[in-house]
Amino acid sequence: MFRKLTISAVAAAALGLAAGPALAAGADGKVYDYDFSFEGPFGSYDQMQLQRGLQVYTEVCSACHGLQYVPLRTLGDPGGPALPEDQVRAYAEFYEVWDPELFDGEGDFRPARPTDNFPASGLAGAPDLSLMAKGRAGFHGPYGLGLNQLFKGMGGAEYITSLLAGYTGEEKEEAGTILYENTAFPGGWISMAPPLWGDDVFYEDGSPTDIESLSKDVSAFLMWTAEPKLMARKEAGFKGVLMLTVLAVLLYLTNKRIWAPVKARMKENPAE
Amino acid sequence: MSGIPHDHYEPKSGSGKWLHRRLPIVSLMYDTLMIPTPKNLNWMWIWGIVLTFCLGLQIVTGIILAMHYTPQVDLAFASVEHIMRNVNGGHMLRYLHQNGASLFFVAVYAHIFRGLYYGSYKEPREVTWIIGILIFVLMMGTAFMGYVLPWGQMSFWGATVITGLFGAIPFVGESIQTWLLGGPAVDNATLNRFFSLHYLLPFVIAGLVIVHIWAFHTTGNNNPTGVEVRRTSKEEAERDTLPFWPYFVMKDLFALAVILAVFFAIVGFMPNYLGHPDNYIEANPLVTPAHIVPEWYFLPYYAILRAFDGDVWVVIAASWITGGIIDAKFFGVLAMFGAIVVMALAPWLDTSAVRSGRYRPMFKWWFWLLVVDFFVLMWVGAMPAEGIYPYIALIGSAYWFAYFLVILPLLGVIEKPLPQPETIEEDYKAHYAATTGGTKTLAGAETPAE
Repeated sequence: MFRKLTISAVAAAALGLAAGPALAAGADGKVYDYDFSFEGPFGSYDQMQLQRGLQVYTEVCSACHGLQYVPLRTLGDPGGPALPEDQVRAYAEFYEVWDPELFDGEGDFRPARPTDNFPASGLAGAPDLSLMAKGRAGFHGPYGLGLNQLFKGMGGAEYITSLLAGYTGEEKEEAGTILYENTAFPGGWISMAPPLWGDDVFYEDGSPTDIESLSKDVSAFLMWTAEPKLMARKEAGFKGVLMLTVLAVLLYLTNKRIWAPVKARMKENPAE
Repeated sequence: MSGIPHDHYEPKSGSGKWLHRRLPIVSLMYDTLMIPTPKNLNWMWIWGIVLTFCLGLQIVTGIILAMHYTPQVDLAFASVEHIMRNVNGGHMLRYLHQNGASLFFVAVYAHIFRGLYYGSYKEPREVTWIIGILIFVLMMGTAFMGYVLPWGQMSFWGATVITGLFGAIPFVGESIQTWLLGGPAVDNATLNRFFSLHYLLPFVIAGLVIVHIWAFHTTGNNNPTGVEVRRTSKEEAERDTLPFWPYFVMKDLFALAVILAVFFAIVGFMPNYLGHPDNYIEANPLVTPAHIVPEWYFLPYYAILRAFDGDVWVVIAASWITGGIIDAKFFGVLAMFGAIVVMALAPWLDTSAVRSGRYRPMFKWWFWLLVVDFFVLMWVGAMPAEGIYPYIALIGSAYWFAYFLVILPLLGVIEKPLPQPETIEEDYKAHYAATTGGTKTLAGAETPAE
C-alpha cells in the first residue's frame, strides 16, 4: 500500500518538476536569489519593511507608476503595512482621484478617500505595479531546476530587486528613446531611467538606504500589493493541512478496523 | 442494476413500502452504494472518488466565483482582482478553483493509466472506457475555456493559438474559427461564450459521470487480476467481493483525505507554482508574450501538436498524397486529436485475451515506457521548439501512436501470458495467507500447502 502511495507521490512530484521550471521560462535576464521574509510556507511579511516600501513607492515610483487594483483602505489591513486608520485617511488625501459624480455629473477631481483605489499610472507606458510581483518569475535556479520557486515562491520580488539594482550605467539612444542597460531586464535594455540612486528617501527608523536596501523594501511592498492575502492564505493552508492530516489518521484507523475481520478471516482459514 | 448476484433493498416500514411502490429511489441508492466490489482492489482504484470530489469542488467554487466575476474584456481582469482582494474568502476560492483544475488532471491521468495497465477498457467495459474518454475531452475543453476567463496575457494568447488550430482545417477552417470566436479574433464575444460554456460543460460532465458509473456498475468493477467476479451464485460472488459501503467508501475517503492534505499545502503555500506569471498581466492584443505555453496538463498533447512540422517525412508524404490539403499545421492538429482517438480505440486495438498487465510480461515494459513517454512529452511540450527538442517530441509522439496502433495489436499475438489466479478470492488470500508470515506472496503463486 505505501509502496503504491510512494509511487504516486513520486509521480506527482516528477510531474510538478517537469512542468515547473519550464513554465517559469521567460525571464532571460539575470535574476538573483534575494532573501525575503515572506518566502516559503513559514514566511510572513515584515510590517516595517512594507511601510518602508510604501514610502519608497510614494516618494519615487508613484511619480510615474500606479497601483490601480489596490484599494487604499487595505493599507490598514492586518497582514499588510497595517497603518492606523487615521494615517490611512491622511495618506489617501495625498492623492487626487477623478469623481464622475461631482460638478453636477460632469466630474471633477477630489482628494482620495480610503475606499478609493490607488490611482493608475500617470505616465503613459509606465506599467501598473499592482501585480508586478506576480507577473514576473524570479530566480529559477539552482541550475534551472526551479527548486527555488517550488520551495520559496515564484519570486517576482527577486526580479524587481534585481531589476532596480541591475543598472550598469550604460545608455543608448534608439528611435528617439533613451534606453538604459539593465542586467535583469529581458533583452538587456530598458526604457525606465534608473529610479534609485541611494539615499532617495529618509527613513525615520534609520534603516539603510543604499540602492539594494531600498530596492528590497519596495519589492516587498509590491509583493504585498500583488498578494495582500498571503498571510491569511498560509494560515488557511496550515489549518487545512493540519485538519486533513488528523482526518486522514482517523480515517486510516477506521478503515483498518473495518477491514480487520475480513483480513483475519483470510489468515485463520486460508483454505476456506 | 448490477449483474453480480447480491441482496437487494427490501422496504420494511410502511412508509418505505409506500414510497417503493411509487418511486424506488431508496432501492436505487441502496444498490448503488452496496454494489459488490472486488475485495482485492488496490490503491490505484481510489481515483474515481478523487475525480468525483474534484468535479464537486470545481462546481461549488465555480458557482461562487461566477457571482463576482464579470465576463467583459475591459472588466474581467479587474473583477478577478476584485475577487482576490475584496470578496470574503475570495482569494482562497479562486486558488482552490485554479489548483483544483490541476488536481482534477492529476487524478484523471492516474485514472486513465490505471485503466490502461489493468486492461479496464477491455470487454465488457468498452462503453465505460469510451464515456470516460468523452469526459476527459470535455474536461480539457472546460479547463481551456476556464483559463481564458481571467483575461491575462496567457489567457488571450492561449485562446488565440488554440482556436487557431481550427483554422488549419482545409476549406472550412477559417469559417469554423470565426464561428467559434464570434468574430475575426479573440475578443469580447469569445470571452462571453467561453464563460457561458465553462459554466455549462461541468454539468454535461456530471451527467456523463452518472452514465460512466452506471456502465461500470452494470459490468462490475475491474480489479488488479483482471479476473471476473464469479456470478454463478450469491455465495460465490460474496467470496470475491465486499459491499462498496463501508469497505471501499472508508478506504477511498482515507486516500482522499491524504491527497487533499497535499492539495491544501499547494493551495496554501504555492498556489501560483503551476500557473504562469504572464497571466497576471492583463490581456493585450498588441503584445505577444515571449513564450506561449499551455497549462501543464495540456503539454503532452501540445508537444504532439508541434512535433509534426514540415520536415517530417510522414507530413511530406501526407501532403504529397493529398495534394497539399493536409499541410504541416493540419497534420499537427490531426495528430493531437488522433492521440486521444487511438486511446479511445484501445479496447479494439488490444488483441490480448488477458486483461491485467500483471500477467503480461512483455506488455509491462511497453506500458511503463508509455508512462515515461507521457512525462517526456510533458517536459518537451514546455520547451521552445528549437535545437534538439523537436526531435525528442517527434520520437515521443511516434511512440505514443506506435503503442496503440502497433504494440498493443502485436503483443496479443506474440506474448505468452503468465498464469492467472482462478478467482479473486484466491488472489486475495495469497496476499493475506498466514503461512507467509505477513509478507506478500506473488499473485498467482501457489496457495501455501496445508
